[in-house]
Amino acid sequence: MSTPHSSPLTPLPRTLTVRVWRGAEAGEFVAYDVPRQASQTVLDVVTHIQRNIDPTLSYRFACRVGMCGSCAMNVNGKARWTCRTHVADVAVDNALEIAPLRNLPMVKDLVTDMAPFFDKMARAKSNFKGAATRADEFARVMPDSPQRREVDAAIECIGCGVCYSACDVVTWNPEYLGPAALNRAWTLVNDVRDVGNQERLAAVAGDAGCHACHTQMSCTERCPKHISPTAGIAGLKRAIAVAALKGML
Amino acid sequence: MSVRAQVLLWSLQRLSAAVLAVCVVAHLATMIYAVRHGLSAADILGRTRGNYAWLAFYVTFVAAVAIHAPIGLRTILGETLGWRGTLADLVVLALGVVLALWGWRAAYAVFA
Repeated sequence: MSTPHSSPLTPLPRTLTVRVWRGAEAGEFVAYDVPRQASQTVLDVVTHIQRNIDPTLSYRFACRVGMCGSCAMNVNGKARWTCRTHVADVAVDNALEIAPLRNLPMVKDLVTDMAPFFDKMARAKSNFKGAATRADEFARVMPDSPQRREVDAAIECIGCGVCYSACDVVTWNPEYLGPAALNRAWTLVNDVRDVGNQERLAAVAGDAGCHACHTQMSCTERCPKHISPTAGIAGLKRAIAVAALKGML
Repeated sequence: MSVRAQVLLWSLQRLSAAVLAVCVVAHLATMIYAVRHGLSAADILGRTRGNYAWLAFYVTFVAAVAIHAPIGLRTILGETLGWRGTLADLVVLALGVVLALWGWRAAYAVFA
């Protein structure tokens, strides 16, 4: 199927109008005209502005191929990974509005402070806690076991912060751990080698944890890796209910 | 409030929602029946007075409301007004008690 950015028959407009957030909390949108190109990504647009129009523009990226999770921004009001987002798919009337991610402190221009995001990963006990030593046999985890399937569905998170930016509950409840941290906890709850689940389930329960989720599914809708943190959060609620009934919470 | 208590509140709200789903449907069906059949207040009281089944139904209905509404309001207060903590918890607890007392009083009034 032909898509707008791949069709050689669709003539491209010569320029794209781009409004980019400049400054920190007290900033403003500044408009730039950027040459339009075939297969152009939003990250290409931002890079063009920095290299050819205003070298003081700050933004963050690394891999450019959707692996590192560094380049997420708000594009026309929706959080996206900009390196894999084609302009043709998101431009409205040949215009883009690019802003930093929501729900995180702004540092400068398109750069946010990701510390709260990763601090909440730590609060959710997102580190693997094993009990085996090098003298033990390798753990055998069957690929088709129910727990491994749950892990497979959630493990590809790249920590881009798109889900965290898209989540209204994070906006309303700043203590809320957020979809990414809870999704990570869910992968470890299903890791048969992990021995930290009692502590982990207590860490992700309650008003700041999975029970704050409203199941609006913005995280699932926006996740560029097509993970469903909502499903993981529902799984955590079930696991916590079982733990509570066993008196382990 | 402890995490354990927060989880208990969340669970109670879900359980009460399940009860409400049944009770609201039954309540609406009863209202529609009463209106369509032109039942007077005396007709309705004639059916509810001394009827332990209706008393049990409405006592359960009121209990579900009195549990469900304050827990939901607690979340709304926290998320829209940023009002959280012990005082907010006590206020919604008081609301729950008032809802229960008013509701049970009404249920008893049509029973006795």
